[in-house]
Amino acid sequence: MIKIVKRDQPSRAIFFFTPVLAIFLTLVAGGLIFFILGFKPFEALKFFFIVPIADKYGFSELLLKATPLCLIAIGLSFCFKSNNWNIGAEGQLTFGAIVSGGVALLFYEQEGFYILPIVILAGAIGGMLYASIPAILKTYFNTNEILVSLMLVYVSKLILDYLVVGPWSNPEGFNFPETRQFSDSAKLPLLFEGLRIHAGIFLALAAVVISWFVFYKTYLGFQMKVSGFSLKTAKYAGYKGKKMIILVFLISGACAGLAGVGEITGPIGQLHREISPDYGFTAIIVAFLGRLHPVGIIFASLVVAITYLGAETAQIFMQIPKYTGQVFQGMILFFLLASDYLLFFKIKFIGSKK
Amino acid sequence: MHKFLIRSFVSSLVLIFTLTVAAVAKDVKAAFVYIGPTGDHGWTYQHDVGRKAVEAAGFKTTYVEGVPESADAERVLRQLANSGHDVIFTTSFGYMNPTNKVAKEFPNVKFEHATGYKREHPNVSTYAARFYEGRTILGTIAGTMTKSNVIGYVASFPIPEVIRGINSFTLAAQKVNPNIKTKIVWAFTWYDPGKEAEAAKALIDQGADVIAQHTDSTAIVQIAEKAGVYAFGQASDMDKFAPKAVLTSVENNWGPYYVDRVKAVANGTWSQKDTWHGIGDGMVVISDLDSQMPADLRSKVKKLQADLASGKVHSFTGPIYDQKGNLMVAEGKTADDGMLAGMMTYVKGVEGDIPK
Repeated sequence: MIKIVKRDQPSRAIFFFTPVLAIFLTLVAGGLIFFILGFKPFEALKFFFIVPIADKYGFSELLLKATPLCLIAIGLSFCFKSNNWNIGAEGQLTFGAIVSGGVALLFYEQEGFYILPIVILAGAIGGMLYASIPAILKTYFNTNEILVSLMLVYVSKLILDYLVVGPWSNPEGFNFPETRQFSDSAKLPLLFEGLRIHAGIFLALAAVVISWFVFYKTYLGFQMKVSGFSLKTAKYAGYKGKKMIILVFLISGACAGLAGVGEITGPIGQLHREISPDYGFTAIIVAFLGRLHPVGIIFASLVVAITYLGAETAQIFMQIPKYTGQVFQGMILFFLLASDYLLFFKIKFIGSKK
Repeated sequence: MHKFLIRSFVSSLVLIFTLTVAAVAKDVKAAFVYIGPTGDHGWTYQHDVGRKAVEAAGFKTTYVEGVPESADAERVLRQLANSGHDVIFTTSFGYMNPTNKVAKEFPNVKFEHATGYKREHPNVSTYAARFYEGRTILGTIAGTMTKSNVIGYVASFPIPEVIRGINSFTLAAQKVNPNIKTKIVWAFTWYDPGKEAEAAKALIDQGADVIAQHTDSTAIVQIAEKAGVYAFGQASDMDKFAPKAVLTSVENNWGPYYVDRVKAVANGTWSQKDTWHGIGDGMVVISDLDSQMPADLRSKVKKLQADLASGKVHSFTGPIYDQKGNLMVAEGKTADDGMLAGMMTYVKGVEGDIPK
């Protein structure tokens, strides 16, 4: 007989084991879906997860894709750890890209070493400004940050639309919705000749190191953790909750803004309507898959990045619909949430008594 | 004996030659990059119909759907160029810069970019259709069928392509009915059934009894069907989605062009060019005319279609005035392609301003 028993304490081993289990279950379920669709499951999984990164170029593309996901997820982990549900990273990314893109356009056809740092800083500030809206509304007016941050995503996309269609559109561009190309001084340098991987990856790695330090070595990290477990406890302990809410939102917004900078001053090189294939939302999956732990987030961003690349390869070589990539992302999150059940409950096999 | 030997030698040479040519021809692989899903029944769907025509002509094809115009487009293009494709069709405007960038790295692969204007390398061609010719037909029908004299128009983005369509439509409608007004709602999307439906509802509420669209989903014709007003299919024949509302559709027919270009790659005759084909070349096709239209209108439309095809009638024939009454095209003149390509002003009779 099987009996489900509540655990006295959430198991720490299982806490880190469930993401692996979720990925494994996703692979099994994915193989099953391929089989039902009439594809050879192992071949399909090979094209999905191995072929895209089998060479140097493929691997560099994986890192390129994982960079914004990692950066945003690190930022989000500050919010999520302290019970602040910032769902609007996509908007903060977009607004950061708008501000930094605007600055880059100001330096159109100008050269100089000082341009890039200003452009990067502008993106971080843009993201912070945008994230401060839900933060301030939450602290002073008690609004729901989930709703506010989510709605602001659409606002930011409309602002971007307006700018690239109207005032910022390329004057030589027949009114198509795009800006001019940024000058080389406003672009992140490429790391290797012929590959698209750019210096933005160092921003992501820096964020990983800093976040690890803050989470585990500072008083602020401890406060965040306590607030995450129980807001009431945090209040009794006399932590300044409002300050912390605003701070974590600012950090999160800066990271998302920097991710936007990485896209527009990296592989894209201009502003147009589609600067992000919803990195801000996908990064939520990454943050949870990585268990809000900086190292976990690195691995999670690589796993999720590969679902994008794999979907393309699988369509090119096996004619598998590209939207399977999104199905995989959805399945990872689903299995992760489902297996979290094991954190709090354990399954007991009880021998039948006669 | 001698003769026989020579003859058989020659004929076998010929045979070998033909076989090689055939083998080479069949080896050409074409790839297509789509912005949306192949099942959108609009823009991407029609490109995929064109791809199937290339398959039917005996060539291998590959496609990747739902490729965002973000940093991802470049990777998909490079992967296609790297995996043995000889010609790559990139079917959305936003692929323009990635197409030219990747074309530089792969000089032996041909690139065909739809609706763009940049041909920075000798292996990049561009192509587009003169959809405005189809809109001349729709305008003629709308101007005749409207009772409220208010015609709704759901537009996507304020780019010359779309402005041109609005103008061509309005000019044709005015010709048959000087009292009509064209009301525009900008949806700022090419494909978003929800937003398109909202736009159509707003126009119907403002009294429009015929709705035209320059967005790709079937949502608008379905809203028109429910509201009991007329509409036109976009990109593909949308009659089956709204049999009562849809009077006809303007179909994008890419197949002949695609087959032509892939064959040119196979024969080694491909060269860079900028193609802009209309009804005459069969790139723009008018679907069956609905029987709700009076017989004389139908025959008039048929004749107009033939005249547009032969070049006897031009969609932009003067006198044409802009909204302020300034002359755009003088009497007896027609707008040249340069003017059409950069058209960013409304003609008289269109309500509102172009969003800036």
